[in-house]
Amino acid sequence: MDHPVYMVPNPPTPNRAIDFDAEICNGCNRCVEICRSDVLMPNPEPGHTPLVLYPDECWYCGTCVLECHHPGAITLLHPLNQSISVVWKRTTTGETFRLGMLNPPPPNTKPPAR
Amino acid sequence: MTTWHEYIQQQAHIPEWPYPVRYGEERVIKTDVLVLGGGIAGCHAAINARRQGVKVTVLEKSNTRWSGNGGAGVDHWLSACANPCSQVSPEDFTTRALIDSGGYDCGPLRYVNAKESWDTLLDCESMGVQIRDVHGEFKGAAFRDENTELMFAYDYQSKFDLRVYGYNMKPSLQKELRRLGVEILDRVMLTSLLTEQGQQGSRVIGATGLHTRTGEFYVVLARAVVLATGLPGRLWVFSTEYRATFRDPNCTGEGMAAAWNAGAEFTRLEESVPDSATLAYIAYGVGNAHNTWHGCPIVDANGKEVPWVDRDGSDLTTTEERFLPSPGQPYMVGHGLRIPPTYENHVKQLAPDLPKRISSGEFALPLYADLSRLPEQERRAIFGLMVGNEGKTRIPVYDTLTKAGFDPDVDMLQVPVMPPGAYVHSNSWAGMAPPQWRQWASGGVVVDWDLRTNLTGLYAAGGAIFGAGAHSSAASSGRYAGRKAAEYARIAPDTQPDLNQIATEKARIYAPLQSSSRSIGWKELNAGICRVMQDTCGQYKTEEALHLGLYLLQGIRESEAGKVYASNPHELARAVECLSIITAGEAVIHASLARKASSALLNFMRLDYPAIDPPEWNKLVTLKQVEGQVTPGELPTDYHLRPPFAPTYEENYQQHCALEQ
Repeated sequence: MDHPVYMVPNPPTPNRAIDFDAEICNGCNRCVEICRSDVLMPNPEPGHTPLVLYPDECWYCGTCVLECHHPGAITLLHPLNQSISVVWKRTTTGETFRLGMLNPPPPNTKPPAR
Repeated sequence: MTTWHEYIQQQAHIPEWPYPVRYGEERVIKTDVLVLGGGIAGCHAAINARRQGVKVTVLEKSNTRWSGNGGAGVDHWLSACANPCSQVSPEDFTTRALIDSGGYDCGPLRYVNAKESWDTLLDCESMGVQIRDVHGEFKGAAFRDENTELMFAYDYQSKFDLRVYGYNMKPSLQKELRRLGVEILDRVMLTSLLTEQGQQGSRVIGATGLHTRTGEFYVVLARAVVLATGLPGRLWVFSTEYRATFRDPNCTGEGMAAAWNAGAEFTRLEESVPDSATLAYIAYGVGNAHNTWHGCPIVDANGKEVPWVDRDGSDLTTTEERFLPSPGQPYMVGHGLRIPPTYENHVKQLAPDLPKRISSGEFALPLYADLSRLPEQERRAIFGLMVGNEGKTRIPVYDTLTKAGFDPDVDMLQVPVMPPGAYVHSNSWAGMAPPQWRQWASGGVVVDWDLRTNLTGLYAAGGAIFGAGAHSSAASSGRYAGRKAAEYARIAPDTQPDLNQIATEKARIYAPLQSSSRSIGWKELNAGICRVMQDTCGQYKTEEALHLGLYLLQGIRESEAGKVYASNPHELARAVECLSIITAGEAVIHASLARKASSALLNFMRLDYPAIDPPEWNKLVTLKQVEGQVTPGELPTDYHLRPPFAPTYEENYQQHCALEQ
């Protein structure tokens, strides 16, 4: 806890909307270029992950993920008041799961129909 | 590090605006056809105008690659009556649609779509969009035609609605724009139309725009203009705190306001529909049985299945029947026209008395959408094909849910737990909101059989035209309007812009850069405008409250909107949007004052005129500005089949379509 504390406004809600994995993202800014709401801004440091400047303006259309050439670099994060209502029940075991839970079940890797 | 707050914490300084700032700098462009809005309608308009050999420019607020309400993809293509498998003719379909809408739909828009929707889809296929089951995954399915490999939705017998793999629709269209040499002005937001001599009601000769990243001012002079902007939004409800809107929040009525100020004639502006807006659930991402999920079995907490019923209320005994017309019923156009549909047109649905049966304890909450009970191909068609390709569901629902472990083969998706009354129609399962929360319905400009407005040089496509629409209707009408605009551009006389009109517009849009005491930002301004619309133009309307609404909006325009402050080009664009939203609100209130009768068909309730749909009011109430005065008028609902037009759809189409037969 030795970092300085600043006067900053409350974070806009939803807080994140879009999340970048700095290990995968190469800062190409393709997502910045196409974001319909300009949620994303280029990082002042070239080659770094974009900044989420206006998460409060995200439409959750997912086109930044569709546009990205590096799978896993961008994750669309539904705000908690949305994701918390996505609940499902496994007919075979009776288990209940929800979006964003700790220790989720293994991913379903089947791609969309093509 | 991802967010601005994290950046501040780590770097200890505020990053500078990343784009050059060019407030007030002017860029003048000349073109033949100017298309306003680069969404689905705008791209098709631009492509088809360009195919006629004229110079074409597209003005797009965002980036044409994925922009617009339909920009994130499409899973079903409606009204393709001319596809080789269709059992319904464009004439029958349009006649039925006009009857079902009580006559309030736009005949030319419907007919153009019914006639050209299939050819438009073939255009898309040639640009790289998959429209057939070429890999044979659905071979043998009841909804697949084995010769054409086309797949149908909702009504497997009539075969005019197609299932398509349209997630890449917009990138494919943008590629075609570039291939054809269409000039694309991305990130330029329309602010006004230019008219001959700067006069309201004169020929439209171009438009002005504002670059949303640099603040640069654009003047585009054109021989013909196509209005292809989306439905005005953020008019009744605005909150970024709990965001979840089905419509693109970037569509805020610049096109509507610009056309209104230029003197274009509108109709159906009084209509609004409920909007759960910021209280909605993730669209098609919670249990439901509507649209994309049509036909999905719904079970209660104990696994008891809710029956599907036919138009007489009788329980269906098989799954197949959910996708087939009743005996003696020619076809089902479905819920796209009105809810509930007429008896003739009724689709199969979940038992409509479900709220009563939940209240009585017959069905226990929560309910679940259990795709695992469907045959494998039906399940895969809903979740893998449709959810996998529809706008706002490929990543937000398919990708997100499958990565989190959801598997439709074994998992039931829960329906949100709501009061029993909310389960009346699975379309409402997207969430509930207060009744004063409304949204723009089907209002738009009046067009003739050229899809031209009352203004010379101004054509329209998609949501800009009054009447119900969808992805295919935006595309087909864009295709048609693009041809017609190009045709006019070839013969249009030269003209000069009015410099005073440009200077006045420039002063208007840069005003928010001047801060003053008690300035507010665009968000608070937007929310305040919405409050006026909720209070004075909500579900129930009266003469006095509507007049109060006009008074309050005018007050906001002069006071708070006059002092709205923007600290960068992005905020400036948002502030200017709010000015359009005020104009859209004023027009809606004027239209609500002009219709002195309630209408169930138009979702329009006047407390002071309670009789519902009296026959003498079965007409289109029109509205336009003449010399700055809002001037109401009226048109018969079949205006498009009366002189000077021909008496049938097909004759009018043949006379006007500008296609070589």
